Amino acid sequence: MIKYISSTINHLILSIGLLIMIVPIWIIFASSTHSSLFINTNGLQFFLGDNFIENYSRVLFKQSGFFNEITALKMFFNSFVMATGIAILSVITSLMAAYGLVYFKVKYATIIFWLIFITLLVPLELRIMPSYIVMSKLNLVNTFAGLILPISASAIATFFFRQFYKSIPDELLEAAKLDGTNSWSFFIDFLIPLSKTMIAAVFIFMFVFGYNQYLWPLIMTTSEQYWTVVMGLKTMYGSISDRFAFVIMSMIPPVIIIIFLQKLFIQGIFQNK
Amino acid sequence: MSFLELQNITKIYPNGTKAVNETSLNIDNGEFVVFVGPSGCGKSTLLRMIAGLEDITNGEISLDGNVINNIDPSERDVAMVFQNYALYPHMSVFNNMAYGLKNRGISKEEINNKVNDVAKLLEIDQLLTRKPSMLSGGQRQRVAMGRAIVRNPKIFLFDEPLSNLDAKLRNQMRLEIKRLQRQMGVTSIFVTHDQTEAMTLGDRIVVINNGVVEQVGTPKEIYSKPNTKFVAEFIGSPQMNLFNCKIENGIAHIADMRINLNNSANIDDASLGIRPDDILISDNGQHTCVANLVEYLGSDMIIYSKIGDQEFSCKLSSKINLNAGDTFKFDISNTLVHLFDNTNGSRV
Repeated sequence: MIKYISSTINHLILSIGLLIMIVPIWIIFASSTHSSLFINTNGLQFFLGDNFIENYSRVLFKQSGFFNEITALKMFFNSFVMATGIAILSVITSLMAAYGLVYFKVKYATIIFWLIFITLLVPLELRIMPSYIVMSKLNLVNTFAGLILPISASAIATFFFRQFYKSIPDELLEAAKLDGTNSWSFFIDFLIPLSKTMIAAVFIFMFVFGYNQYLWPLIMTTSEQYWTVVMGLKTMYGSISDRFAFVIMSMIPPVIIIIFLQKLFIQGIFQNK
Repeated sequence: MSFLELQNITKIYPNGTKAVNETSLNIDNGEFVVFVGPSGCGKSTLLRMIAGLEDITNGEISLDGNVINNIDPSERDVAMVFQNYALYPHMSVFNNMAYGLKNRGISKEEINNKVNDVAKLLEIDQLLTRKPSMLSGGQRQRVAMGRAIVRNPKIFLFDEPLSNLDAKLRNQMRLEIKRLQRQMGVTSIFVTHDQTEAMTLGDRIVVINNGVVEQVGTPKEIYSKPNTKFVAEFIGSPQMNLFNCKIENGIAHIADMRINLNNSANIDDASLGIRPDDILISDNGQHTCVANLVEYLGSDMIIYSKIGDQEFSCKLSSKINLNAGDTFKFDISNTLVHLFDNTNGSRV
């Protein structure tokens, strides 16, 4: 009986939390399916309207920006490339950095690691001018490489992988050594498959991090062709339902990534082997 | 020339600890040798140096006529079974066993045949597609052994592989390891701190203490003629009784008990050892003691008693009717005693 009551209470609390998070999004979504006129006169809507296809296709394909050079679809593409690039590169660099720090007899490995970790205190916003100067001297302004490279090494991801590698028993490496593995095949055959869940978690974190970038793409791009979704949000003046439709669509890419990697992501975060 | 030769092997860790000190040992082809000693005595370090997982500070190891000091572990052609099995958690049983073969560039077909043969031999052929996390302790143990066997190495190294199993499974696996080793005739070194394992498995036993080899010999030699006081205490269960005593003209003085050793030794500080089952209890024995405690073990019982202030135990058949508090008479035959000099612990 007590079990039943406590489970009911748990679910009640969870449901309230869920509602608090879902309802605003639902209202935005429902409102985005009405015409602007209707919303301006009747306020926010809780029920679906019948302008869904009309609103969303208008927003997706409308030429926008100061010079009307970019569509929302292109912005999604740009954001996706940038976020994916940052996520993939961060995973690769931090996997390898952690491998080097843990498995090779690097002198002062701990000090080097903490130096890497300290870079967390220097976020992109703080080093935005020097980063911009470097990128512009490399002629990477208005390129995807310029958008991606300066944020493609993550101290926190290196930290995660390092802690994970440290938890792998030495015997595994020794057994693999006797089985004739070298440092490269140990990385490929053992560390990467073993850290699969961790890779998924880091990938999601870095994808969302990259997707949410605002200041850096704002500075790095002068051509509207490289605008990202987050930059686009501020240019979405005009009708209120268009803005709502854009907001709803801007949430889709991260949500898709999380849905696909969810299982691995949760295992990766709660891993305590 | 022996198959495996260790010459004056020394291991000093960077922090200055001397784990192994000037150890020399020859092991013949096909022999089953057990390294036994208390934990921290350097037996695992010695094994790991043979495997190539630990640098050698001093000395030389040669295998099959070649010095292997600086040869990479993977090229030494040795296989090791680890204490925690060290199975590859993300690979199936088949891949666990095949991985070493793949790295040696063996063809897929041959790998298949070899793995299947070994799996049949170890009765794990039903488990080949499973991951290690889905196996029981005993099954993991078999896979770990399969991984070693499938490579057909020159030497098997076992690093306390049975210590994680429950008692029943341990006995079973012990027999199996012995049987497999006989069947395949591969030179094997087995490290353990369990003297029963050492006695039952080894063709020869190497007793190690504090990084030094105390004695090398067949189980029988080690048991019946321990070279040092340490070996005497370490091998045998229940432990050998060691009485501190003074020897004058071949007569041992233990409290008010006198034992004629039939020699002319004179030692001020000696230990007289006698195994609990070598104490002969009879109604017309020379010595009398009171049984302080009786432990009943089924077929046997162990009696704890004292001579002067020195405790000792004797093991006898539980058919004899003796209870705590009773007095009993016994003899100590001078052919069954072991005499050690306490100044250096060596046998006299």
